[in-house]
Amino acid sequence: MSKRTIQHIVSTAVPLPIENIDTDQIIPARFLKATTREGFGRNLFRDWRYENDDESKPRKDFVLNNPMYGGCILVAGKNFGCGSSREHAAWALVDYGFQVVVSSFFADIFKNNALNNFLLPVQVSDAFLQKLFQAVEQDPQTQIEIDLPEQYIRILASGETEYFDINPYKKACLLNGYDDIDYLLSLDEAIRVYEQQRERV
Amino acid sequence: MGQTLFDKIWDAHVVQRKEGHPDVLYIDTHFIHEVTSPQAFDGLRRRGIRVRRPDRTHATADHNVPTLNQHMPIREALSRHQVEMLTRNCEEFGIELYGLGHPFQGIVHVIGPELGLTQPGMTIVCGDSHTSTHGALGTIAFGIGTSEVEQVLATQCILQYKPRKMRITIDGQLKKGVVSKDIILYIISRISASGATGYFVEYAGSAIRNLSMEARMTICNMSIEMGARGGMIAPDETTFAYIQGRRFAPKGADWDRALAYWKTLYSDPDAVFDKELHFDASDIEPMITYGTNPGMGIKITESIPTPEQIAEKERASFERALHYMGLKPGTRLLHQPVDYVFIGSCTNSRIEDLRMVAQFVKGKKKAPHVEVWVVPGSKQVEAQARQEGIDRIFEEAGFQLRGPGCSACLGMNEDKIPPGKYCVSTSNRNFEGRQGPQARTFLASPLTAAAAAITGRIEDVREFL
Repeated sequence: MSKRTIQHIVSTAVPLPIENIDTDQIIPARFLKATTREGFGRNLFRDWRYENDDESKPRKDFVLNNPMYGGCILVAGKNFGCGSSREHAAWALVDYGFQVVVSSFFADIFKNNALNNFLLPVQVSDAFLQKLFQAVEQDPQTQIEIDLPEQYIRILASGETEYFDINPYKKACLLNGYDDIDYLLSLDEAIRVYEQQRERV
Repeated sequence: MGQTLFDKIWDAHVVQRKEGHPDVLYIDTHFIHEVTSPQAFDGLRRRGIRVRRPDRTHATADHNVPTLNQHMPIREALSRHQVEMLTRNCEEFGIELYGLGHPFQGIVHVIGPELGLTQPGMTIVCGDSHTSTHGALGTIAFGIGTSEVEQVLATQCILQYKPRKMRITIDGQLKKGVVSKDIILYIISRISASGATGYFVEYAGSAIRNLSMEARMTICNMSIEMGARGGMIAPDETTFAYIQGRRFAPKGADWDRALAYWKTLYSDPDAVFDKELHFDASDIEPMITYGTNPGMGIKITESIPTPEQIAEKERASFERALHYMGLKPGTRLLHQPVDYVFIGSCTNSRIEDLRMVAQFVKGKKKAPHVEVWVVPGSKQVEAQARQEGIDRIFEEAGFQLRGPGCSACLGMNEDKIPPGKYCVSTSNRNFEGRQGPQARTFLASPLTAAAAAITGRIEDVREFL
């Protein structure tokens, strides 16, 4: 897990202009029975992707089935990842090949889960999100650039750019491949002291 | 400046605070279940480490378990494997498991308070977004992902940025037929499914204070449905009376010490919140959802909005939701026929919920075309219901009283609503496919669900009281 990093990405994008996409849509509950982290990409957006749960019947109107669109950036409507805390949603997006999700608003738990799996959530303004949708829908080959060190997202053809926020700790983790658990384990002594104090109270 | 309830508990649990870093927050109680824990245990094995505090970790099997024939081996191979994996992991890491067949087994957010494991002032996490339920007892409780489950198993700590604070005050008297589920559905319908994202919510006001402990749990449970990190209610005499005498509650001198501390847990009068909302309890009616997120709710007598009433940006999602639900804008839901009624889930499966339903249906029979499932939140709730004769009332009404589990709230087990069918559900989510592929969910209170079971259509329960 800790070997991956995110620095600079240039890719085409997949547009999904739907608001309030909940994690039940990203990965339906019936696919949460696996006990490993791998293989969830096959069932990403399962019920939007296939008719009657049948892989031989892809829904033509769903963007993942449209050969015009591809790339490692998903651009989605407001409040992406709401609902269930299932980290399987982040695993499914990563397993499918996404490295970045762009939206104008992310649900809190999803955002943490994404960051813990080196999937970069990029929060942009409503106006910039609309520009992205327009640019990608007009030309599916539109290249989008994302730079983590400088914290910007750019539509390369037009040069339109927006800066995004990310907390400095998580940024360092993504740039360097750090892992929260390694960090917490290094605080063993502080945790021990806290426990002793607390148990005295 | 005074402190909020949230600040008091949070600050007492900070192991380390460093500029630019998230706080290292100590976790008092960690609940785990079969679905979101196996990959975390694998992580521990890969790192060659143990669970730091098995004594602060409590496990149950709930999401995947069948609700019929619970004494038999689980038929579905993947579900069985996941439940067996939990058993093996708990054995290997020395964690107490309330698994299938155990008298304490049940939905994780029902058994925590029921056993007295959930106590005011605690920090509580679980790999489940409805962990916010425990906030009803004056705790900071929130859902986490599996990587974070692994963090807590390994270190009993979690890295978290302190969220902003919101207070929602509901004052006044609730009308007849309006229960706590209606309060929370009303709030979410007013502020939307993302209206509290980034915030931790404290519920206050006379309408909240007057609620029973279990009714408060229903409110805190659905905090996540408006995006909140969690919800909480300051502990009071109702809370203390609920906890006293429960299995893991403090006893004797420990109780006195704990009680003295718990009584300090409230927001100071001059505490400042980042956002404050006020609602009038008398404006709340029985509520029902019409769409595919919990924010798409209306008063039972209202009509579904028309596209013109919806902000232009949200119109596409609104139309998509109505198409999925097979409903028309501008129409009423009252008297809409339904096929299933599900009474259960961590929102509404406690003994008070079952009593409320039983009292309503006593001597009545369900509509012939409706299938009614009552799924208690725990073995203890089930046992209590049988002891009180509630099981016989349900049997005479034609309701099925099943074994405990998450059941048709999310349809991970066999309890699924068939494609295209309508279900009035006391659960917490009406997402597309939540109760089964293509299933259509109306979220409502146990009373509204009970009325629908009897007549086979959506009713204004006040006409029956």
